[in-house]
Order: sequence, then C-alpha cells, then structure tokens
Amino acid sequence: MSWALSLRLMAAEDVLSISGLVLLMFAAWGGDRATRAINWVAVLTLLGAAALVAPTMAGGAADMSAFYGQYSGDAFSAFAKILIYLGAAAALVMTPSFLERMGAARAEYPLLVLFAALGMGLMVSATNLLTLYIGLEMNSLAAYVLASFARSDERSAEAGLKYFVLGALASGILLFGMSLVYGFTGSLDFGAIRTALDGAHGGAATVDGVLSQGALFGIVFMLAGLAFKISAVPFHMWTPDVYEGAPTPVTTLFATAPKVAALGLTMRVALFAFGTQVHAWQQVMIFLSLASIVVGALGAIGQDNIKRLMAYSSINNVGFMLIGLAVATPAGASAMLVYLAIYVVMSLGGFAAVLMLRDQDGAAVESIAALGGLSRSRPGLAGALAMIMFSLAGIPPLFGFWGKFVVFQAAVQAGMLPLATIGIAASVIGAFYYLKVVKVMYFDEATGVVANGNELSHGVILTVSAVVLSPLGYLATGWLGNLAATAAASLFHS
Amino acid sequence: MIHVLAFYLFAGLMLLAGLLTITARNPVHAVLWLIVAFFNAAGLMVLLGAEFVAMLLVIVYVGAVAVLFLFVVMMLDIDFATLRAGFIRNFPLGVLIALVLLGELVIGIGAERAGAIRLGLPDVAGQAPEGMSNIAAIGALLYSRYLFLFEAAGLILLVAMIGAIVLTHRQRGGVRGQNISKQVARRPEEATVNLRPEVGAGVKL
Repeated sequence: MSWALSLRLMAAEDVLSISGLVLLMFAAWGGDRATRAINWVAVLTLLGAAALVAPTMAGGAADMSAFYGQYSGDAFSAFAKILIYLGAAAALVMTPSFLERMGAARAEYPLLVLFAALGMGLMVSATNLLTLYIGLEMNSLAAYVLASFARSDERSAEAGLKYFVLGALASGILLFGMSLVYGFTGSLDFGAIRTALDGAHGGAATVDGVLSQGALFGIVFMLAGLAFKISAVPFHMWTPDVYEGAPTPVTTLFATAPKVAALGLTMRVALFAFGTQVHAWQQVMIFLSLASIVVGALGAIGQDNIKRLMAYSSINNVGFMLIGLAVATPAGASAMLVYLAIYVVMSLGGFAAVLMLRDQDGAAVESIAALGGLSRSRPGLAGALAMIMFSLAGIPPLFGFWGKFVVFQAAVQAGMLPLATIGIAASVIGAFYYLKVVKVMYFDEATGVVANGNELSHGVILTVSAVVLSPLGYLATGWLGNLAATAAASLFHS
Repeated sequence: MIHVLAFYLFAGLMLLAGLLTITARNPVHAVLWLIVAFFNAAGLMVLLGAEFVAMLLVIVYVGAVAVLFLFVVMMLDIDFATLRAGFIRNFPLGVLIALVLLGELVIGIGAERAGAIRLGLPDVAGQAPEGMSNIAAIGALLYSRYLFLFEAAGLILLVAMIGAIVLTHRQRGGVRGQNISKQVARRPEEATVNLRPEVGAGVKL
C-alpha cells in the first residue's frame, strides 16, 4: 500500500482540501470583497472534483481501498460523490445574491461548504468506523455554522443552536453504538466487522450462529444515530425548524448533499458492515421507513411555510428511499440510488423556485398563501414549481414517479408486499399537500406579493431540473439504472 | 512497597480533593480542588504504566478544562447560593443515581468475569509495535497507519476554528483601534502647534 497510490485514489478529496486551504488564505487577506470570486472558484473546484470521480462510476479497478482499508473509492462512493458535489455546487451558485441582500455575505461561506463537501465525500467513502465519524463530524460542524450563518437573524441563530444540540446528541448515540460494535467485534474496519458478525461462519460476535446481545445493541444504536442524520422519523424533530430557520441557500444545501452523504453512509454501514446480519436491522429499517413516510405526509398538511413544507417532504422522501434499504437486496439498493439522484434534482429545482419568490423590496417570500395567482403574474415560475410539486408527489409521467416506481418494484420483488402497499397508500396522502401548492398558484386570488426575483443562475438551475423531471428524463432511465446497479453491486461483494 | 505507598497517597488525596470539590463554599476553591484531583488521577495513571493517559489528563483536563471552568466561574455572574439551594432536597436523588451507576458497574464487570459477555479480540492489523513505551507506540501508529485520519481530524479543527470566528467576529463601530502605519506616518509638524494665547482669552484647540 503506497501513499502515492492512496492519495491518487482520493484525488477528489485532495483537490477539495488543498483548494479549501488556498482559498482560506484568499479569504483571510481579501476579506469579504473577495466573496464572489471565492464562491465561483469553490463552485469550479466542486465541479472539478465531480469530474475526477466520474470515471470510477463505471466500475474501476478491483481494489479501490486506500490507507489500509480506511477509505474506499469504489463505484458506490463515486455515484454518491457526484450527487454530493453537484448538489453542493448548485447550492453555492444560488448563494451570494441571497446573503448579500441579507447583509450576511462573508468570504468564509464557500469555504465552509467546501469543507462540508469534503466531509460528505469521506462519509460515503468510509470503510472504517473512524473515517465514518471524522467525515460525519467534518460535515456536521460546517453545517451547524452554515445554519446560523445569518446570525443577526433570530431564526437562523435558533436553527443553528437547535441543530448543534441535537446533532451533538445524535453523535453521542452513534459513538456509543460504535464503541459497542468495536468492543464486540474487535475491529474498526467494516470488512472485519462484517466477518465478525457472520453467524453462519462462526464470527467473533456470534454465539452458535446467533448475534451476541451487545453487538445487537451496538448495531441498533449506530442506526439510531444515523437515522438522526438522515432525519428519519422518530429522529426528525429538528428538520422543520432547521430548514425554516436557516438561510434558504443553506436549506438548499441541507436538502441535497448531506442527505445523499448520510443515506450513502447508512447504506454502506447497513448493507456492507452489517450485511451478514440483515435480520438484526431489517425491522428497524422497515419501521423507520414507514414512520417517515406517514409522519412526513401527515405533518406537511398543516404547514403554511413553504420551507417547512419542503422539510416534511424531505422526511417523506427519506422514508421512500429507506424502503429500498429495508429490502436489503442489490435491486433495492440500486433503486434507492436512482431515487436519491431524482430527489436531489427535485430538491434543487424546488429550492431554486423558492429562492426566486421575492416581494417588491426583494425580501424572501416563504408563505404558501402568498403564492396566490402566481400562474398569472409569473407563469414560467409557477409552471416549473407545479411540475416539481407533481414530480415530488410521484405523479406520472413526470420523472419523480420513476424513483417511487423502482423502489416499490424492488420491495415487491423481494416479497415485501405490505411495505409497498402502505408506502403507496401514504404517497397518495402526500400528494394532497403538493397539490395544495399547485391549487394556490393556479386557482386562488392573486395576492401580488411575489413581484421580484428574476436571476439568471436560479433560472438556469430551475430550467435544468425542470427538463430532467419532465418526461424527457425517462430517456436517462437505462443509463441511470446501470450506473446505480454498478454502484449498488460494489456494496455487496465481500 | 513504594508502589503501594504511592498508590494510597494518590488515591487518598484524590478522594479527599473530590470531596472538597463538592463541599467547598467558594466555587473558585472548588475548581482548584478539582485540579488537585486531576493531578492525583494522573499520578495513578503513571503507576499503571499509562504515562500517555497521565499526560493527557494533565494537558487536557488541568490545562484546558479546569482553566475553562475557572474562567466561567470567575467571569460569569452566577449566583452559586441559589444553585446550591436544592442540595439537601436533591441529595437522595443524587445518591440513587450514584447507586444505579455503581450497580451497573458491578453487574457489567461481574458478567464479564463470569464469561457472559464475550468481547471481540482486537485485530492484529492495528497492533502496537512490541517493546516501545506507549507514547512511542501511539506515535508510531498515529503517524503511519492512521496518518490519513490524523490529518482529516486536523481539518475538522480548522473547520471548527473558522466556524467560531465566523460566528463571533464582527466589525464594531465606536472602537478606537490602533493603526500602526498611521502612527508611524505622523510628522511632528502635524502633531504639535505653537500658540501664544492672550492673557485671559484661553486656548482653542
């Protein structure tokens, strides 16, 4: 294992960290005047990092592990990293104008996003409990600061504090689980944990083929800690408050990149590290997914703030994705990745539209009631937002339907009919509140509140995501499905 | 013999210091007693041959945590009398929690001794090299096998530092900062003026 080879395998991380450190110098001497320039360089860095990992998506060499198996640059991590880097870049593109209007533009913002993206990359590449935790904390610490970035705004400060306190608690739960898993399996390495948990081959953490009680506790605690990070019910309480309070570009970031990273991490932990003890965690996953779907759908009904609505929508969508994980088959994992990719596009488009809602003075509009009559005053924006809402509701022929379809298909193939049935029923409830937004835009009295907010960068992102979500997206199903299947397959080899 | 003596010395002083920490009336004294307790714990670790842990205790707990406590106690306006008002009332609850923790320790260690808990064997991959002091062994692993994680942890600290500065640093109005270049560039003729005031008229500056 040479250092040069290891460093080459994690080229994207090298680029991100070096660029982050260099830009930090520019931020220190250039001050806040350099914010826009640093922002664009950070976007380019993220795109470059995405380009660096892209070739690995198709498979790559047989052994992609680096640094004594602490890091893996396999096809799965490449798939997740592409989504993470592109999501973070898109969120960064939409940031400067918003923060400048709030008077909160600082040169450190793009740097924190870069380091957060670095941490997220480590999360999906982690094949060791220590890498897992370090990646997670790097992402979380940056995220806490980003949530309270507009610190003169009371809601933003509250969001940051809430996120920090609950995030620290979740990290504690996760660490407790990790220490139990380490204690009972004797290793920090995912591969070694997998072997130790293997009851059929007399693993160290099993007694006569049955998982030892302590290791089971460890598995459950680790999954509980991770469930917080992906905001699955019953660990979702922080999500609406943080999404509402954080500045909207930060919410855009939270709804995309960290979600991919945390879900990717959960997939690797559950399917690879704990992959020999599927029965130990399958029930937990089934509960998490059903509870998230139902609570996400019901909780969103009473919301009148569009950011809170998107928060519940993200809880709901995480539930659907977890169906793919609960199935615990390669087909399920690949379906989950397809859903994840589509979800990232939907979130980016949705938040780009939300960022374009501004009143006469340029202040952000967040109330759903204020959208009344948007179809007359801003037909293009209303049309795109309506399409994203229909897509989130999973109504064919839009592309959002495809994500739900593959996930339910995987569940049915694995013989988990009840899971799929409840999921489909709850997605009908979920459709209600998405349609409510469409109804307000198209059939309610014009309020005339939204009068501003044409911006090229937002418009481009909104248009691109609308095109992807339109029936044109189905042209990519074969390609996306193949990539997801390759990525998922790398979790199941051992 | 000297080992046993040292153990009882450190252990006894530590218990005493711990007791004085919770009974001291003056909070500053309580923190100082806490520091004494940390030092004695470090002494116990040296006796066990864990000199790295001993060093950590002194550097982290005494050097950072205790000083932080001291800052909090001295700089924040906390009325410790009201904080302590419920001491007697909450005493039974405290004793109960202590007993529960003690019971858990006894049950846990007892179960492990009886063979009911089978811990995993540590894997050989990350094993410390033979025949080194434990500081050298930790260093040898940390800067070779775990170098990647060590560097990544460094980046986490950098992120934390950037975050702390972003959230607290701001330009304040009405502060008279020192501008060194302006001071150096000052010439005597701009700084001083000669005046010949008339008697009784006063000076206008």
